Amino acid sequence: MNDTALARRPATKGETAPLAISARGLVKHFGDVRALDGIDLDVPRGTIFAILGPNGAGKTTLIRLLATLLSPDAGSATVMGHDLVAEPQAVRAAIALTGQFASLDEDLTGRENLLMLARLWGFRGRAARQRADALLAAFDLSDAGRKQVSAYSGGMRRRLDIAASLIVTPGILFLDEPTTGLDPKARQGVWRMIRQLARAGVTVLLTTQYLEEADQLAARIAVIDHGRKIAEGTSRELKAQIGSGFLHVAPADQAHLDKAAAILEARLGNPVQRSAEGAQLSVVAASAQVANEALSALLAAGIDLADFSMGSPSLDEVFFALTGQGLDEEEREQRP
Amino acid sequence: MSEVSPAILDTVQRPAAPSAFSNALVFGWRAVLKFRHVPEQLFDLVMTPLMFTLLFTFVFGGALAGSTGDYLQFFLPGILVQTVVFNSVYSGMGLSTDLSKGLFERFRSLPIWSLAPFAGLMVGDVLRHLIAGLIILGVGLVLGYRPEAGLAGVVFSFLLLFAIGFGVGWIFLVLGLLIRTPMTVMTIGFTFIFPLVFASNIMVRPQTMPGWLEAFVVRNPVSHMTTALRGLMAGSATAAEVLLALLAPAVLTVLLAPVVLWLYRRN
Repeated sequence: MNDTALARRPATKGETAPLAISARGLVKHFGDVRALDGIDLDVPRGTIFAILGPNGAGKTTLIRLLATLLSPDAGSATVMGHDLVAEPQAVRAAIALTGQFASLDEDLTGRENLLMLARLWGFRGRAARQRADALLAAFDLSDAGRKQVSAYSGGMRRRLDIAASLIVTPGILFLDEPTTGLDPKARQGVWRMIRQLARAGVTVLLTTQYLEEADQLAARIAVIDHGRKIAEGTSRELKAQIGSGFLHVAPADQAHLDKAAAILEARLGNPVQRSAEGAQLSVVAASAQVANEALSALLAAGIDLADFSMGSPSLDEVFFALTGQGLDEEEREQRP
Repeated sequence: MSEVSPAILDTVQRPAAPSAFSNALVFGWRAVLKFRHVPEQLFDLVMTPLMFTLLFTFVFGGALAGSTGDYLQFFLPGILVQTVVFNSVYSGMGLSTDLSKGLFERFRSLPIWSLAPFAGLMVGDVLRHLIAGLIILGVGLVLGYRPEAGLAGVVFSFLLLFAIGFGVGWIFLVLGLLIRTPMTVMTIGFTFIFPLVFASNIMVRPQTMPGWLEAFVVRNPVSHMTTALRGLMAGSATAAEVLLALLAPAVLTVLLAPVVLWLYRRN
């Protein structure tokens, strides 16, 4: 991906590479809630694009809308060159959707689920069976193929669910929080699979709540909140904007929190955030060098540290850096 | 998880688009598979009507009709109507399950005939009504029930039962589209259905009831269905009786089918 500035990419005209998705001003209301509040999106073909945001930011609404499950209240979009509203069947023929929760028939076996979808796509008889068996083999599910899905583990369901999206190679694969609820090993597996699909030329649009996931996979990341895009760029660009390293400090004595916060802020020149429990301070540190100096200053002031670390910013910290305010738990839970 | 084999990433093109009918057949096949994988649902389908048949025939039959044999002859067509009306709930519950599991999201994101999934529900309904009806009729025959109109009467009776199930099914489909918990679909649906089924002529002749209740029972659509079914089984049905029995299913279809389509297509 290019590393040009965060500036909005030009519209379809004048673009050299064709876009997989080009959306302008997408708006969707649910009653009084403005789930999408004017989203612009340009996703180049053959890339992995991540939509990063907290629960209720509008990620799922955006994916459902681009997959023709919802119609926009305002705005327009083309998906693989087809107008979302005017040509929904053409869009459906070019996409595949794997929702947040495995959309499988629990009563049927894994093989029967794939057979059903293969037949719906138009494969007949032996061709349908061959396609189902090939996908089971590819996703390491051959042994479980004849078991009912209700007996599958979370990781197996997720694999079958993604396999079900690949009956016909889609132009765009939509993945809504593909690794939420998976253990670390299963998560790594899904990540590998997504990278392989992208290498094979499939455009992948995924949503995630994890900055690390977006960072690992996506060529480009859009951060959304309250139905608006608040930032977009490559992982490197976003980190440059947010601050690449976060220094996390936990004073041994909580009575020293205020004093420690003041010293860190003065030394590093960045606002200091307190963790929800209040025992830890987090602040952007431009380099290990300045972090080290700040730690020395704390120790010199007689503040003992129970713990300290340098790390990537969490989603909370990303939002703090981009919007100047954190996402308190209460707010997150109130959102639909 | 192991690597996805490279072969799977060969671009697989879509075969020629299947017809709407072919789409519908796939959903019908799915309904048949469900019977194979969840055979215990047959138990749910026939247990209650069989208990009713035995209870009413042997415990109340003598008192209600003079002899158990006479009562069974009166009661069996009615219990078939009751069975079909109650079993119409399963499509709505299935729809609710599919919606809550997100399965319909996938169906709706596919380039298929948008109403094909409903065809599958109908296939499931017909299978359920056929299987439950045959089991209850079989038990009735063993106990001494005799349809005077013979095989033809049974065939016409089952066609009427399918029509009744089709009509009543719309009520539960509407509920299934509105309610995401299948059990609630059943509870709310039965709240409407119970009084109609029990305040009918299925179990007792309305002439024996107090006047106000009789007035309701003789106008109850379920009573019309039962009268027509008794007539078809006995070979004595009039066209008017059959049309009266079909009135409620027809009205339900005309009123609720558009509601179901609207609810399904709305976002």
